[in-house]
Amino acid sequence: MVNIIWACMAIIGIFYAMINGTMDQVNEAIFESANDAVNLSIGLISVLVFWLGIMKIAEKAGILRVLSKLFRPVIVKIFPEIPKDHPAIGYILSNITANIFGLGNAATPMGIKAMEQMKELSGTDTASRSMITFLALNTSSLTIIPTTVIAIRMQYNSLSPTEIVGTTIIATTISSISALLIDRFFYYKSKWRK
Amino acid sequence: MGIITMISTWLIPCFILLVLLVASWRKIPAYELFVEGGKEGVKMAFSLLPFLVGMIVSISILRSSGALEAFINLISPILTLLGIPPDIIPLALVRPISGTAALGMTTELIETHGPDSFIGRLASTMQGSTDTTLYILTIYFGAVGIRKMGYALKVGLLADIVGIIASIVVVTIVFG
Repeated sequence: MVNIIWACMAIIGIFYAMINGTMDQVNEAIFESANDAVNLSIGLISVLVFWLGIMKIAEKAGILRVLSKLFRPVIVKIFPEIPKDHPAIGYILSNITANIFGLGNAATPMGIKAMEQMKELSGTDTASRSMITFLALNTSSLTIIPTTVIAIRMQYNSLSPTEIVGTTIIATTISSISALLIDRFFYYKSKWRK
Repeated sequence: MGIITMISTWLIPCFILLVLLVASWRKIPAYELFVEGGKEGVKMAFSLLPFLVGMIVSISILRSSGALEAFINLISPILTLLGIPPDIIPLALVRPISGTAALGMTTELIETHGPDSFIGRLASTMQGSTDTTLYILTIYFGAVGIRKMGYALKVGLLADIVGIIASIVVVTIVFG
């Protein structure tokens, strides 16, 4: 899918330039934008190094663990099909806390482990109710601090690179709650049909 | 709206303060851990480089040829009626499909319109507030061998639409 989108944007652009007579601009844009992208990636290093460094300390200091204790009662409620003390709950909690701090790389392995546990519970190759709820939570993103976006805004000389943190948190909360509601709606709808 | 702006500025420094206080209290080698984590940051920035170059060049071709503008002009009458800025549409369409592609588009929007413009703020919020549904679906279901997805895709994509609308509404209210 991405392959098609990526190629099509360039193909359409070049064809359009032939008709529109904007080949000069296109030719210039190719090399200029490649250069911009490299400069940007290098500029991202500062924020990423600093943030991942701080997060490493937070992880070892047990801050993520404290947070997952706080969320535990909520998660147990959201996943009624998983027994309270099942290891799946633990993995779901680590996945969610890692996501909240924008640690995508740490969140994915935890998420896969949570899925494995949930598969053991259901024992089929059909997605279970808990799995879909878990996916709904993950696709709506739970980020509180969007590090990469802040870094990009810094690169382009934003007067206040972090001003979007507040709006991101509100939008994320709305989309996560809606994801859970949509998930519940489809679950009861499928149950009612049977 | 002052509170939201204040949270935005205070959250990060206060979080750093908390982390360092807890680390010192528990006698954890904070500096060594920082360096260790920082090394991952370098790797991450370099691993993003080819994605950003590829995506940004491709969008730049589309934009500089005039095709993107023509497309936006074509759809803008309907969208302005609904209060949706037309420039955001390509990003909204790509966000559920590919995270790195969306990041490239967000970057290009910030570069073209400026980070403190309405479009720049909206793109930033959108990038942060939803995640790549198709990627998550593929990775998680693929890893444990789930073949029947049930209503998972429907839930994910509907949640994306809500997230995108929520971003537009929230950014319009806060910065509008």
